[in-house]
Amino acid sequence: MKLKDIIQPLTIWKRVAEEPWTIKDPLTERPGADNYRGFHQNDFAKCIGCGSCEEICQNAAIDLVPVEGQEVKDGNSGLRPRIDYGRCCWCALCVDICPTGALTMSNEYTWIDDDPEVFRFTPGADKTKWQDDEKGYSRSEDIALINFDRIEMEEKAPEDRDKSFIEIVKGYNKEQAMLEADRCLECGLCTATCPAHMDIPAYIAALREDNIEEAFRILYETNPLPEICGRICTHKCETACALHNNGEAIAIRWLKRYIADQIPAERYKEVLGTEHLADPKIGHKIAVIGAGPSGLSAAYYLAILGYQVKIFEALPDSGGMMRYGIPEYRLPYDQINKDIDYIKSLGVEIQFNTRIGQDIPLEDLHQEYSAVYAATGLHLGRSTRIPGSDNSEVYFATDLLRKFTLGQDIPVGKKIVVIGGGNVAMDITRTLARLQNQKYGKVDITATSLETEDIMPADREEIVESREEKAIIEPGWGPQEIEIKDGKIAGLHLIKCLSVFDENGAFNPKFDANEKKFFKADMVVESIGQGMDLSYISDELKEKIKMGPRGRIDVNEGFQTSVDWLFVGGDIIKGPDVINGVANGHIAAKAIDKYLNAQKK
Amino acid sequence: MNKISESKYKDFVADRSKYPEMENGKPVIDLDSHKFTKIWQGPQHPGVTGNMSVEIIVNGDEIVDAKTHVGYLHRGFEKLMERRRYIQCFPIVCRICVPEPDTNEYCVSAAMEDLAGIVIPDKAAWLRTLNLEMSRVAGFLMWLGGQAGSLGMGAIGQWTVAMRDYWLDLFEEMTGGRIYHMYMIPGGVRKNLPLGFKERVLQTVDRTYKLLDDIERVFLNNAIAKSRLKGLGIITPEMVSEYGIVGPTARASGIADDIRINQPYLKYAELEMKMLTSNIGDAYDRTELRFQELLQSLDLVKQILNKIPENGEIQAKLPNVLHWKIPAGQTYIKAESTRGEHGFYMVSDGSKYPRRVFARGASYTHAISVLEKLAVNITISDLAALMVSLHTCPPEIER
Repeated sequence: MKLKDIIQPLTIWKRVAEEPWTIKDPLTERPGADNYRGFHQNDFAKCIGCGSCEEICQNAAIDLVPVEGQEVKDGNSGLRPRIDYGRCCWCALCVDICPTGALTMSNEYTWIDDDPEVFRFTPGADKTKWQDDEKGYSRSEDIALINFDRIEMEEKAPEDRDKSFIEIVKGYNKEQAMLEADRCLECGLCTATCPAHMDIPAYIAALREDNIEEAFRILYETNPLPEICGRICTHKCETACALHNNGEAIAIRWLKRYIADQIPAERYKEVLGTEHLADPKIGHKIAVIGAGPSGLSAAYYLAILGYQVKIFEALPDSGGMMRYGIPEYRLPYDQINKDIDYIKSLGVEIQFNTRIGQDIPLEDLHQEYSAVYAATGLHLGRSTRIPGSDNSEVYFATDLLRKFTLGQDIPVGKKIVVIGGGNVAMDITRTLARLQNQKYGKVDITATSLETEDIMPADREEIVESREEKAIIEPGWGPQEIEIKDGKIAGLHLIKCLSVFDENGAFNPKFDANEKKFFKADMVVESIGQGMDLSYISDELKEKIKMGPRGRIDVNEGFQTSVDWLFVGGDIIKGPDVINGVANGHIAAKAIDKYLNAQKK
Repeated sequence: MNKISESKYKDFVADRSKYPEMENGKPVIDLDSHKFTKIWQGPQHPGVTGNMSVEIIVNGDEIVDAKTHVGYLHRGFEKLMERRRYIQCFPIVCRICVPEPDTNEYCVSAAMEDLAGIVIPDKAAWLRTLNLEMSRVAGFLMWLGGQAGSLGMGAIGQWTVAMRDYWLDLFEEMTGGRIYHMYMIPGGVRKNLPLGFKERVLQTVDRTYKLLDDIERVFLNNAIAKSRLKGLGIITPEMVSEYGIVGPTARASGIADDIRINQPYLKYAELEMKMLTSNIGDAYDRTELRFQELLQSLDLVKQILNKIPENGEIQAKLPNVLHWKIPAGQTYIKAESTRGEHGFYMVSDGSKYPRRVFARGASYTHAISVLEKLAVNITISDLAALMVSLHTCPPEIER
């Protein structure tokens, strides 16, 4: 034992003179660090109830529950996370995965209560003192548990496509599709929003598992037109996608197209298990009017149920607006045929060039067929009715598109103005731009709409691609008069449109007459919406059919009219778009089946 | 080889008449003879490091037989992980060791990265190294207090735990959590360093140096501590390989094995450090060596702070973690914790969940078999000091 070892410890008495480490009273206020993982906060303005927090929580501490005042909307489940602090481990993975950044954690860490129930709480709904604290843990921009960037879709360059009608979008390859499918959070907001309620997370999951055939079967459960919808669907699912709030939505449409593209037409029956359907087991015969998306969808699901279905089509080919409205560069005819040929192969008969009401009276169909599904679509153009719109050089977009598909010559002006801001307006603009390019070697076409660019109903990519093809898009103008000189069109006068809808959301445009514009033109195309032609319904029948508001036919939830054998669906009831038509057709098919089964009893 | 210069056990001659008879190398203990008393030290006992117990049989105050018992703390983390997505594992494993959770986080994340073929960005590797070294400092401070406390010097325990709190403040700033940091997410780390963090770490380092200076005088150069620790629980180099002893416990017996130096991971190869060893292998030697390692860790923290790049990514791109599948394979990732080699063996079968995860903590051998052997023939008052000098952490035995 050394003397040093006895003396040295005594030197610590110097601490007596130091300031004590301990303090007299306990700390009352000691805020957590700036990014402390304290109690949860939820910003209801951002939260969409996607449930990714619930999904990633490793303790099952999070449940999504309905909360008063939170509405169920497209892209918003109306549910909000409720957190059980008996289970939470404060790992903050829920915060890291939250696609909207709504869920955060405050730096508050003390919470004392004698009621254990309060510790199961819904941040945002249950008012807490830390609800609006700014400090605390939030998702770092430096890390990512999910990928917000879409795998870019390759397209033909503008100079390679602006003269031809060849398909623009190239489609994903396997690697790209897998990477895109990997981004899915499987929240299901898309399924809730899709009119046909396609099980999108399931087919994306099957694709991710490299099980294309299963993915393809899931597509057909709710949509018999996957090649078509995989190209031109209005993809409400992508608007609802959880990733859309903070980044780019999953390319659901392109993935659907990828899946459908992988299965060759000759394998459809084998993959879908419909090889033995050709011989109908149920005696009933059903007539469908119109071979558009809704009619084809109804025919497909009726055929699957074993009915004998016959479609009557006024035009010489099938597809309706899909063929006669949508240009080939967006939807090639061979892809339309691939979907429709499969439906035909199930025993569905299509009689072309037969206009019901004209060639066969609607009532006569009832003699031969047990039920009739009419999905006749919106094929009549609507006019702006402005002065000069009665000139012979003013056309309807739908008429021109139909004639062009039929192979007829359509007029192509040197300087064209298109009135309308929807997808049809873009279709005719880009079709005419191509024809101008072919005919004159240059494009001079302007599309103008009431809506400003941010609320234009056309898809964003349509606007971008139109401009790439040198068409001019001038949104936010209201057409006033088509100037006619010597019987010829001189141009279109417009005034500034300030707003399109009023406070109630009703169509009620307001203009500023002082701000004017004039587009020179020798041809004007109107594309401001389409109307329905119900002339095939005889006056006698019309009296029996209950009509709804604005000249629409009143139908029940199964698309059955008050005349029990007549079912009506498609664009004339709901839409207008392909996916609504597909959804209507499916529902109507099930309703027809139910109606006929009930009759048997 | 093993110089026992100042051992109270040096001249100790046991009174064999009162000892149990030996039969086939095992003592015959008849409790009914009233010569022996059976005592349970633990699982609730201040001298036990965590929830385990030592069943000892004493003759007077001398331990004649010892048996270690675990099983009070089994939480089944390894099994839990078999039903967790990969991303959900790292918040679980930190709970395996409370005083020093980060080694677990590092190993499990690095194992996933190894299996999935992910290379973490440079800055993330530096931040992980900093985090691990800070956690070694905090871990050693906890142990140091325990070692002094086991000899009745409770004040030192209060000093070190208070100092550890300053380190926890730093962790709170850096990671958002004081105890369970959950910082090393697969692919990198979760947050960049907050502003002014480096200066605050350096302040705390200086503060710690000052405290350690005091502790050196009051504890390491203390006649009582020396007389009680010297010669206690001698581990020979043969025992190191026989029992699989690792870390400072092995290095105090002259085995030059430090994973950070011998098989450097993260950024340790870029740091200057030398292998610290000693050759006596008793409790005092281990205490002194760990004290030196604590000083070394403080130096490493300073080195790391000077080398962390200002800019750069902190996380490698991961696939969508909700359905992250790792290709089939197996790996073993190890790191040097304060207790020695800490490793994770992970098997992936190509699905969303790990097929098997095995956590290898140094305490398994140190606290079960080594303790059982060394506890015999010491006095009951020294048992706590022996246990702490092996630096055992029962939660990592059971997981």
